Order: sequence, then C-alpha cells, then structure tokens
Amino acid sequence: MNVLLQTKMAPYVTHLHKGVEIMGLREKGIAFLDKITTKAGYVNEWIIVRDAETSPDYGVLPYERPLSDLIKFGVINLDKPPGPTSHEVVAWIKKMFNVEKAGHGGTLEL
Amino acid sequence: MLPIGLANSTKVIGNVVHSIKEYVMVVQLHDSVDRKKLEEVVEYFKGQIYQKPPLRSSVKRAIRVKTVYDIEILDQQGRYLLLRVLCDPGTYMRKLAHDMGLILGVGAHMRELRRTRTGPFKEDETMVTLQEVSEALYMWRNMGDERYLRKIILPVEVSTAHLPKIIVLDTAVDALAHGADLAAPGVAMLTKNVEAGKTVAIYTLKGELVALGKALKNSEEIAKMDKDVVVKTSRVIMPRNVYPKCWKAKKGLSG
Repeated sequence: MNVLLQTKMAPYVTHLHKGVEIMGLREKGIAFLDKITTKAGYVNEWIIVRDAETSPDYGVLPYERPLSDLIKFGVINLDKPPGPTSHEVVAWIKKMFNVEKAGHGGTLEL
Repeated sequence: MLPIGLANSTKVIGNVVHSIKEYVMVVQLHDSVDRKKLEEVVEYFKGQIYQKPPLRSSVKRAIRVKTVYDIEILDQQGRYLLLRVLCDPGTYMRKLAHDMGLILGVGAHMRELRRTRTGPFKEDETMVTLQEVSEALYMWRNMGDERYLRKIILPVEVSTAHLPKIIVLDTAVDALAHGADLAAPGVAMLTKNVEAGKTVAIYTLKGELVALGKALKNSEEIAKMDKDVVVKTSRVIMPRNVYPKCWKAKKGLSG
C-alpha cells in the first residue's frame, strides 16, 4: 500500500465498493497534491468551482507512473559534491540515465 | 543541494530559481564580538534589506530590496559564526555577511556557503548523493530491481508544489497540452492564492502536472467566471494525446 495513501483524508468524498470505503481517483490525485504541498512547507486552500470526476481510461496518478515515465517526468534532489560545477554534474546525470535533456534548479552563486 | 530535472522535467525545473531559499553559511568575523551584540545585529538584518549585486554577477547592478525571513545563529566559536538564513531568491549571502561585519564594526566575510533549501526542495530524506543514484541505477539495470530508483526519483509535480494551483477538467487537458491558454470553463478547482500576474501550476484531477502559466485574474474572480482566458500558458509538460481531444482547431489554422 503506497505510503501516500495511508493517511485518512477526512474532508474528501469516498465511496463504497463492496461495502468497503475507498478513495476515488480524483480524491487520490488531490490528496497527492496536498501531501507534496505540505512537504514543501505550504498549504493548499482549495476553492471548488466545478464538481467533476476524472476517468481511469487515460492519465495516471503521478506516483503510479511506470518507471520509464518516472524517469521522463522525474526530479532528483541531489546532494551535489563540492568539486564539480552544477553543469558538469547535470552532464553526468544525463549520461547515467541516458536522457537527452536534464536541467538544474539554479547554481550556487558565491 | 541541487534539484535536477530529468528529460521533460527540464522545462519546469528552472521555476524553482524564483522561489524561497535557505542557506547555512560560515561567517568569519575580523575580531571577536560580544554574543549579545551579535544577536542584536542579526535581528537588524531580518525583514527587508537593500542589496546591490556584486561586480561578478549576471544581473543588472541596481539596488534591490530583498526580504530575509529568518536568520538563526546555529553556532559561534571564537570568530567563526554558523548562520542559517531563510530569504528571497536573489539575496546575496556574501553581501549579507559583509554588511553584518560593517554594522558590527569589526568587518566580516563569508567563508563557506551551503544552500539547504530551494523552494519545495530541502535537505531531507529525499536528498541523494551521486553514489546513491549510481547504485539505484545499477540495481535496476543489472538486478531488475526498480525499488531503489523509485525511492530516489521524485515526480516532477514536486518541483511546482510551492506554487498556486489550478486543477482542470479532463476535457481541458489536451488543449493545454497543445499550448492553448486556459479558459474559465476548464477550471475544476483552484487554490485561494492564485493571483493575477503570478505563475500558476496547472494539474489534472489525478494530480498530474499539465503546464505552467501566468494567471490573468485572481482566484475569487476565476471562480465566478464562465468564459474568457484565465491563464496564459507558458511551459507545457503533459504530452499531447494522452488525454482525449475535446477541442477544435481555430478557423484558418491547419491540422
């Protein structure tokens, strides 16, 4: 069971499936966004404008992406070693993952 | 720490440059200073400060106002000071150390600097070394074990978690994926901090990042609108044709 789903999301609509309360796909998506926002140090105060569901026929919950997509839409929080430049490190990461592009979130300006 | 975006994440990783930063730095004072005086001066530097970028910088050298949200004295040993600083992007720590030295009257300079937070990214259990990345890749490629990679690679959505958010209906996704702006009827939910002129992150109801854009209205206005553009799309992440096409090409355009 994915760790992200273990907290009970009280305000969200759940429904019964064979007598067991489960979280809908939309609820899981919003719970995921709330979880990562809290982790980042912020809180989402939602305004619901249009009530809608999301179809399981396309798209995927971000934490259920197959590995190749996890890499294509992935980010690494790297503890950069002090020697090489950020540019060099990104070049290494590109080679290691065999991806065409990679970028960093700002060099350290001394 | 350095957040790195892989492949498609490259398009959005740059947005964390404009987010809150936290640093830990070693400041060397040029003479000994009373702890009480030190604490007073540190307090003085909290809040809004003026800075002019140094000679060796890539930005225009005009005086700028930056906010220092917090400074904490982590340790003091003789003339060495260990400080934690939480501040606006673009705040120069070297200049802060120098100016503290001026106010203290003894002079000071920054000896060592480490960035410990870049927007949503902190030095926590998600931070990994190159060694760990290499080992995780090895486990996957040579042992067929994905679990290590899954622990170290974060979904791109994490890199925009600090931004105001708009969640769109499934029917609005593919148009956005083709670069269209977001119109009011496509909005399902949004956070109260969506502000005109500021960057917003657009997601699906499953939590997938669709695009980044600039909001044209505030959240309360958007919630009441039933037509017109509400976000100017700038960076698209969602690939085309993943969500169903529910839009028509404009007259006069091909394809």
